[in-house]
Amino acid sequence: MIRPALAILRKDLRLELRTRESVPAMALFSLTVFVLFHFGLHRDSVDGAMASGVLWVTLLLATVLGVNRLFASEREGRALDGILLAPIDRTAVYLAKAAGLFLYLVLLELVAVPAFAILLLGPGLGGAFPELIAILLLADLGLAGVGALVSGLAAEARARDVVVPLLLLPLLVPVLIAAARATEPFLMSHAGPHQLAKWLGFLGVYDTVFLLLAVAVFDYLLED
Amino acid sequence: MADAIALEGLERRFGDRPALRGVSVRVGEGQTLAVFGANGAGKTTLLRVLATLLRPHAGSVSVLGASLPGEAWKVRGRVGFVGHEPLLYPDLTARENLLFHARLHRVDSARADRLLREVGIDGRAGDPVRELSRGMVQRLAAARAVLHDPAVLLLDEPRAGLDPAAAEHLEPLIGRASGRTRVLVTHDVDRGLREADVVLGLRAGAAELSGSNAAAADVRRLYS
Repeated sequence: MIRPALAILRKDLRLELRTRESVPAMALFSLTVFVLFHFGLHRDSVDGAMASGVLWVTLLLATVLGVNRLFASEREGRALDGILLAPIDRTAVYLAKAAGLFLYLVLLELVAVPAFAILLLGPGLGGAFPELIAILLLADLGLAGVGALVSGLAAEARARDVVVPLLLLPLLVPVLIAAARATEPFLMSHAGPHQLAKWLGFLGVYDTVFLLLAVAVFDYLLED
Repeated sequence: MADAIALEGLERRFGDRPALRGVSVRVGEGQTLAVFGANGAGKTTLLRVLATLLRPHAGSVSVLGASLPGEAWKVRGRVGFVGHEPLLYPDLTARENLLFHARLHRVDSARADRLLREVGIDGRAGDPVRELSRGMVQRLAAARAVLHDPAVLLLDEPRAGLDPAAAEHLEPLIGRASGRTRVLVTHDVDRGLREADVVLGLRAGAAELSGSNAAAADVRRLYS
C-alpha cells in the first residue's frame, strides 16, 4: 500500500509544482481574508480568543479550497479510472491524498501564520513557537484526514463545489474548537493559563478516529 | 477453449434507467468480441463493468475466471482499457504518465520507454500530454493500456482520431496480432466483423445479436 501511495503522492506534488493551482490559491486566500478582517474589524490588532478564532477560521476556509482541488487532476481525462484499474489497495489513494493535503497545509501555514502575525496579531508569536507548531501539526493531520475523505466522496459529484464545504465544515468543527482553544492563551499579551495537553489530546484522538474511519471506508467510496 | 469472459443475464442500471438488460455472451481466450450498437445502447457500460469500474446489478460476470464484483481485485491489473478518455494527466509529460502507471503496476521503466518508441512518440516523450495531438494522445493511451501486458483488452473505439499510419503503429499492441482476448467496441461494421470471433449487438441495453456469426446487414440494422 505504501509504494503506490508514494507514487500517487509524488505525482500529485509534481503536478502542484508544475501547475501551482492549490497552495498559492490557499495562501493568497488567507492573506486576503486577513486583510478583510483587518478592515472589517476596524482594529489595528487582535489578541486572545479573537485572534485565535480569526486564524483558525481562515485556515479552515483555505482548507476547503485545497480539498476542492484535491482530485482535480484525476477528474480531467478520467485519470482516476487509470488508478482504479491498477492492482493496488485503494486505500493508497486516500493515504496519498491525505499526505498531499497535509503538506499543502504546512506550506500554507509557513506563509499564513507569519502574515497573520504581521497584519493582525497584537502580541508577538516568539515565545510560543513549539506549542504553536504542535497545535498546527495535530490540527493539520485532522484537516488532511477528513479533507481527503470528503474530497474522495465528492470526487465524482456534479455539485462538488457545494458538497465539499457542506460536508467538510461541520466535520471540522471539533478541530476548530480544539485548535482555537489551544492556541488562544498563546496569542494573549500576557500568556494566560492554558490547557494545552487537554486540547492536544483531543486533537490526537480526533485524528486517530477519523484516520482509522477513513482507511476503513475509503475503498467503498471509490466504488461506483 | 476456456472462457476468458462469460456473461450471463448481466444487468446494470443508472438510477431507474436500465443500461444493460440481461446480456449474455462468452468469449474464449485469445478471441475478439466485437460489440456494436447505436449511441446509448450500453456498449461503454459493458466495457466499464468488465474493467471493474462499474458493479453489475444482476446476473453473473466472469473475467479470467474471477467472478465480479466479488473478485474484482483478481481482475485489476490483468485488463487493459482504452476508452473515450485517455486516463492520462494532461500536465504530466508522456513519459511521466507511463512511468506513473508503471509504478502502480510494478512494471520496469524500460518497458515504458520501449512502448513510447513502439507507438512512435518517443520524440515527444518529454512534452506535456496537453500539448500532444489527439492522435498522439490516443497512441499514448494505448501504450498505457498494454504497459502491464494484460491478458484482456477492453477497447472503446481505439482507432478514433488516428490516421492510417498511426493506427498501424498500434496493431501489434492492441490488434488481433497481440494475441490477447479483446472486447472491441466499434461503429466500423466491416472492420469489426473482420476482426471478430464473437459478435454482440446491443439495442437499448439488450442483446439483439449474439454469437459467432452475424451478417453485416443485421449489424447495420442496430443503427437504424
